[in-house]
Amino acid sequence: MPKTLLQKLWETHVVRHDPDGSAMLYIDLQLINEVTSPQAFEGLSVAGLSPWRSGTIIATSDHNVPTVDLDLGIQDPVAKIQVQTLERNCDDLNLRHFKMGDQRQGILHVIAPESGASLPGMTIVCGDSHTSTHGAFAALAFGIGTSEIEHVLATQCLRVSPMAAMKVQIDGDLQPLVTAKDLALGLIRKIGTAGATGHAIEVTGSTVSSMSMEARMTLCNMAIEAGARVGLIGVDATTLAYLHGRPHAPRDAAWEAAATFWRTLHSDPGAVFQQVVHLDAAQVAPQVSWGTSPQMVCDVLDKVPDPADEADPAKRQALVSALDYMGITAGTPIVSIGLDKIFIGSCTNARLEDLRAAAQVVVGRKVSSRIKQALVVPGSGRVKAEAEAEGLDKIFTDAGFEWREPGCSMCLGMNDDRLLPGERCASTSNRNFEGRQGQGGRTHLVSPVTAAAAALAGHFVDVTAAQIRSSRP
Amino acid sequence: MKPFQQFCAVAAPLDRINVDTDAIVPKQFMKLISKYGYGDYLFDNWRYLDQGEPGDDCSVRPLNEQFVLNQPRFKSAQILLCRDNFGCGSSREHAPWALRDFGFKALLSTSFADIFYGNCLKNGILPIVLAKPEIDHLFALAADDAALHLEINLADQTVSQPGGVTYRFEIDAFRKKCVMLGLDEISLTLAQADDVRLYEGKRRATEPWLFPEG
Repeated sequence: MPKTLLQKLWETHVVRHDPDGSAMLYIDLQLINEVTSPQAFEGLSVAGLSPWRSGTIIATSDHNVPTVDLDLGIQDPVAKIQVQTLERNCDDLNLRHFKMGDQRQGILHVIAPESGASLPGMTIVCGDSHTSTHGAFAALAFGIGTSEIEHVLATQCLRVSPMAAMKVQIDGDLQPLVTAKDLALGLIRKIGTAGATGHAIEVTGSTVSSMSMEARMTLCNMAIEAGARVGLIGVDATTLAYLHGRPHAPRDAAWEAAATFWRTLHSDPGAVFQQVVHLDAAQVAPQVSWGTSPQMVCDVLDKVPDPADEADPAKRQALVSALDYMGITAGTPIVSIGLDKIFIGSCTNARLEDLRAAAQVVVGRKVSSRIKQALVVPGSGRVKAEAEAEGLDKIFTDAGFEWREPGCSMCLGMNDDRLLPGERCASTSNRNFEGRQGQGGRTHLVSPVTAAAAALAGHFVDVTAAQIRSSRP
Repeated sequence: MKPFQQFCAVAAPLDRINVDTDAIVPKQFMKLISKYGYGDYLFDNWRYLDQGEPGDDCSVRPLNEQFVLNQPRFKSAQILLCRDNFGCGSSREHAPWALRDFGFKALLSTSFADIFYGNCLKNGILPIVLAKPEIDHLFALAADDAALHLEINLADQTVSQPGGVTYRFEIDAFRKKCVMLGLDEISLTLAQADDVRLYEGKRRATEPWLFPEG
């Protein structure tokens, strides 16, 4: 009987089945941040419990940390208490924990893969919905709430409701400067933000096979914006090549044994999916979100849609509210939308390849004078160091970007990096919800190269065409 | 968690699809390290006209009188009538904490985001999924009625308007039992610790690289 990757991962982690299809699953790795964990640690302590298996935990502060002047520490007293609380909890329980300024510190969904801690065949949880990122390694990885963090700390297990399997088959070659981010936004545009609720999305096809691990992580990262707790990609040679030699990956004989097992972690031919969606990569243009939900997306050369064209009254009202919040009118060409800020960063798009791609667009050019602030926030200390070794920081700062320390930063504006009311931002992050990047702020989700091109122009441009122009003599 | 009792209360209509957890409780309040005290910050960006920060005295903040929960007839609401995909986005459990602290015990919608759905049940809030015509009908009733009262019965899995319609809903048996009895899931799992150890022994044999500690 052919199995999906989801079935394989599920079955190897079942500690106990429930009659209704739910199961108690064993959890191999828990990532812990400062924001969603304090109440879990407190609960554990009140109950007089300690972690079931401390070695399966990696903790770091990423949401609240400043991205400038780290030597001054955290200025926000409320945030400071939260970061200190994580440090104290980790010290008390002897948990692996990377502090601010440590090169291993960064966004959890960047540091766990780059250190080889996220491995194929694992279950991985974190009190953060973008845990779906790690599914790029054929791991069953999903975001959980604080009560579940406590449950996993105490028991190493979690009761999980059954998930249906959705296959997203992506074939064809992407056009130059069209990226995994555009595919992710294109998919959400097609199926909606609840399109995969109750499902794990497995992304497959020739386009995915030829993608780097970093691009695959971008795709899986955005699965949650389509409603899926889990994104998945099967193991192939690219997966193994990425992992080999990373600090936490197995070595020598253990590597050989692991790699042999990992090669089985893909859906079998003929496996049955409850839903199948097809995307033709060659047809995908650079995508730009225009509204307040990640499904409100169009091609960069499109115009903002007219709510009058929507038949369903609740959906029409949502479109009207979104345009009102975003301060744009129906029919506006996307390329005429002017910008105030640029954010290149987040667990979606702050890895080395993202920064390289953006730097290639920026090199030798200047950020438009209408842009008040253009930020590049590397995903981790390691990404920052590698980027600096290649001189990317210089390319960005020469152009007028600010080059920052790693963290979640303006993706959700829990630190000082945020939009002011009315400010409009081209952002490589994952959510354009009202107030997400700062109360009253207006977010347009894009790829790193589209953000970079927008920074230079001061408004959205078709990065594919802009590059053709600039390469002419 | 307290056992879930049958109750009858006012239902407030929030007529908006895709309400995300950033809207339910904005990020600045996630800096707090307590599990309680989020009720004043529920829907903060929609409920108040100013920008809220943790520790603000919300009784003196300017209210958005247009927002549904600021209307006097909904101040004592314990049921929130919602639209499609309620609770999407961030996994923050602060969202159900804020709903609970405000006084909500049940949410009615056509669909909830997966993580949010689970988080609600861990906090004794019952997210109830009904068919679209049923939700549409309740919204119509809420628009007509000065204050729509609904009765929620988890034992029978029903939502009913006294003297009016009754709708049945589904919930998985284990979750129903936990919410009905207010059970502590960690204690339930720890009672099966032997099963976990047995599993670990088998897994150590098949994927030893995941057990570097031996």
